[in-house]
Amino acid sequence: MAEKPWVAFYWCGSCGGCEEAVVDLAEKILDVVNAVNIGFWPVALDFKKSDVEEKPDGFFAVSFINGTIESDEHREMVELLRRKSGLVVAFGSCSHMGGIPSLRNLYDVNDCVDYAYRKTVSTVNPEGTIPLPRYKHPSGHETTTMNLEPTGKALDQVIDVDYYLPGCSVPKHLILDAVMAILSGNLPPKGSVLSPSKALCSVCPRQETKPEKMQIKDIKRHHLSEDDGTCFNAQGMICMGPATRSGCGDPAKDNAPRCILVNMPCHGCFGPPDGTLDQGMAMLSAIASGLDYTPDEEAEIDRIIKKIGDLAGTFYMFSTAKSLIHGRPAGEGVKKPVEVPKEGGA
Amino acid sequence: MYEPKIVAFFCNWCTYTGADLAGVSRMQYAPNVRIIRVMCSGRVDPELVMKAFAEGADGVLIGGCHPGDCHYQSGNHKTFRRYKFLKAILPQYGLDPERLHLEWISASEGDKVRDTVNSFTEKIRNLGPSTVRETLNALRTEEVSHG
Repeated sequence: MAEKPWVAFYWCGSCGGCEEAVVDLAEKILDVVNAVNIGFWPVALDFKKSDVEEKPDGFFAVSFINGTIESDEHREMVELLRRKSGLVVAFGSCSHMGGIPSLRNLYDVNDCVDYAYRKTVSTVNPEGTIPLPRYKHPSGHETTTMNLEPTGKALDQVIDVDYYLPGCSVPKHLILDAVMAILSGNLPPKGSVLSPSKALCSVCPRQETKPEKMQIKDIKRHHLSEDDGTCFNAQGMICMGPATRSGCGDPAKDNAPRCILVNMPCHGCFGPPDGTLDQGMAMLSAIASGLDYTPDEEAEIDRIIKKIGDLAGTFYMFSTAKSLIHGRPAGEGVKKPVEVPKEGGA
Repeated sequence: MYEPKIVAFFCNWCTYTGADLAGVSRMQYAPNVRIIRVMCSGRVDPELVMKAFAEGADGVLIGGCHPGDCHYQSGNHKTFRRYKFLKAILPQYGLDPERLHLEWISASEGDKVRDTVNSFTEKIRNLGPSTVRETLNALRTEEVSHG
């Protein structure tokens, strides 16, 4: 029998949910480990960087890399894994589109560090200590950690990526399908997202209640409002379904979207369908055009915008790094990024 | 000397025809606008506006029919709402919302085309060049070029 292919798992700036997703395969993980050898998975097993370095180039059949690329350390590791792997799969929303951590791109990185370590209400840091990339102890011992990069990046903004597994976290049926496809060599063209490209609405159980013409009068928070079981957007609860690809739903449950099944609007973790340049703008367009107000009712439109509050955070929750302008501040008004929109119009 | 680059999306039925009128009337206006004719201002997807900024536009001008005059009934109503949303999201991206402007200009208002283009160009001139393209280029050199 031919030797089983080697795979690697690695995490960058991530919450660990994607690792959890692999563990969540439960007994199915036995099928996976029967079929492959795990050569690198520092989260779960005791591996060192040298375990990768000593392997020849292209040794791993596939590397699954999750998390946003946030630092020079992440960059170094993914570049190493790229050299050592035949295929690289961006695993989960963060490596696919930047994910939630890349929302920091809307701010200056130093402000983010300052806020996280000194200013949050739960922070107790009387000396104002923040982590340094390099520290020399008076005894002479020197230690280095990592340098945060100015922006968080999706994996394909740093290395060449072969396939994308979307989702926060990736649902297990997609993981299994992907592993089996890789093992059998039955793969779609390079650069494909391994999930259907149709919009989420197409498989939504509430699809039938989606009106022909949206007439949104008000914006509601789903945790503060009564849900009548119809289309969330029609009810005024922002659901990213129209700008998000499907595939999160378990085929055993009619592919019904995960969040909708538990009465939550979609947050857009699967990213936009193929051909959409910018998920957030697509969604902004969908919500704005679905409002039932004319230009004469400008005050109402302002009220709606104010009620949504954080537009970028709502529409780009998972895709800031892959937005058209990467969420990179252009420098104007950087100090007041989430200010309530100004009055005024055409 | 900095010359603003302005991308203008003009609707076929009103503003573009108004620009034609300005032309045949030999009105002079700032040459900074690059006019793109669209069938309706409702065709101006917010993606297109962002793409214009990403590609280096210093300002984006949208011209549509007056409310009530839309050739497609309510296309410009949608434009207006998207415009309001865009104005609100631009500051989060560190862009001055003044860089985006919407004006209702009918087919008979050639002089309004001239005045709008001139005043918007002046406004953008005073705001200075947009740094989006520069920062994106810097970002791309940080990124490995591939594919």
